[in-house]
Amino acid sequence: MREVNAKVIQQTVKELFLEANYVIGKDILDKLRQQYETEESPIGKSVLNQIIKNDEIAAEEKIALCQDTGMAVVFIELGQEVAVVGGDFNDAINQGVKQAYTKGYLRKSVVNDPLFDRVNTKYNIPAITHITIVPGDKITINVTAKGFGSENMSRIKMLKPADGIQGVKDFIVKTAVEAGPNPCPPIILGVGIGGTMEMAAILAKKATTRSVGEHNSDVRYARLEDEILNEINKSGIGPAGLGGRTTALSVNIEYFPTHIAGLPVAVNICCHAARHAQRVI
Amino acid sequence: MENNIRIETPVTDEEIRKLKAGDNVLITGVIYTARDAAHKRLIELINRGEKLPIDPKGQIIYYVGPAPAKPGYVVGPAGPTTSYRMDSYTPPLLELGLKGMIGKGLRSKEVINAMKEHGAVYFGAVGGAAALISKSIKKAEVVCYEDLGAEAIHRFYVEDFPAIVVIDSYGNNLYESEPPKYRIQ
Repeated sequence: MREVNAKVIQQTVKELFLEANYVIGKDILDKLRQQYETEESPIGKSVLNQIIKNDEIAAEEKIALCQDTGMAVVFIELGQEVAVVGGDFNDAINQGVKQAYTKGYLRKSVVNDPLFDRVNTKYNIPAITHITIVPGDKITINVTAKGFGSENMSRIKMLKPADGIQGVKDFIVKTAVEAGPNPCPPIILGVGIGGTMEMAAILAKKATTRSVGEHNSDVRYARLEDEILNEINKSGIGPAGLGGRTTALSVNIEYFPTHIAGLPVAVNICCHAARHAQRVI
Repeated sequence: MENNIRIETPVTDEEIRKLKAGDNVLITGVIYTARDAAHKRLIELINRGEKLPIDPKGQIIYYVGPAPAKPGYVVGPAGPTTSYRMDSYTPPLLELGLKGMIGKGLRSKEVINAMKEHGAVYFGAVGGAAALISKSIKKAEVVCYEDLGAEAIHRFYVEDFPAIVVIDSYGNNLYESEPPKYRIQ
């Protein structure tokens, strides 16, 4: 067994959340610049220009690129030949999040009870953690700081198998169009198809962390991603919802086997400030 | 941005009525921040007939919960939050003379009707441009509800704060008028 100290996990989580919140991915910035060149709407162009400038300032000054620094979501792939020593795994993740958000001047946006007692937990914890056990002796930590402007516009639907490809397409496009200006377009759509209800949602979240421009390795799903992206960009919603060709930057689909009676589809919308970072320990 | 209209707070009815959907504005002066939790408290005070901690007359409210300020900064990144969550709280504030709101995203019919009736404008700031926008905030202090943290009501002094008139006081709405121009059937 390879031993990994919990302190290393804590430090890694902290560094990843700081990086994600200050520095937008090169894939997204490149795509924004490309869209700025081609965007036909003058207002849309001006919005894209402000977003690009904003992202440059945040990276240079090491400040949050959006004030909603999100709820901390952590995907862990834990190699089964790794033993975590020197502390509690979950504590290490939460301590890493707490340190990033307190020492990195990030907003603490978590309340301790959704309904009766909406009091801020002050440290942006607990994090939402998804752990998968995988072969090997490595730990892959993939974090995303998920803002709720776009999270609130996300939807899940249990389609019928008979709804088929068209049903899936229609639901995804409808979700993006109905969200309109609310989730800070241009958006990135994470889509989970199949599995059970919660599996579809988790796949959708994970899909938001995929690089813009990267497609599903299955060509049928890759084609579907392109078709849906084109369809959404025909809506005219545009940057900030003020009109234009750039409504979405990417549609990222992940799929999983499902039940004979089901076709779950989850659409997790992410704003252009899609903040995620990954490292292998 | 070209052809910017400069406005100073507090604003008058006349100035507000001149603004049209699509106008780029630069706002200078004091603006107040409030989000869901602060709005809820303001409305509770109005319902009980009590005095508000801020007088909304002629003022602009910015829907924002800033991130903490790094040392040497007056304020942390401060971009707009989604406005529809404040919709149910908004008409009573417009009745009391609130002249403008800065946010992002759709507003309800009730809010737009109240804006027309009382003469108010809904400004859009670019969601996710928090670091850039914070550069136009020159002073920031908490007015009340400090216990709400980022959701406390802040008084910002802003200079040339960039915004666009999304819905004017006649109900013209960029979210309705602009996307169809770029829609492909």
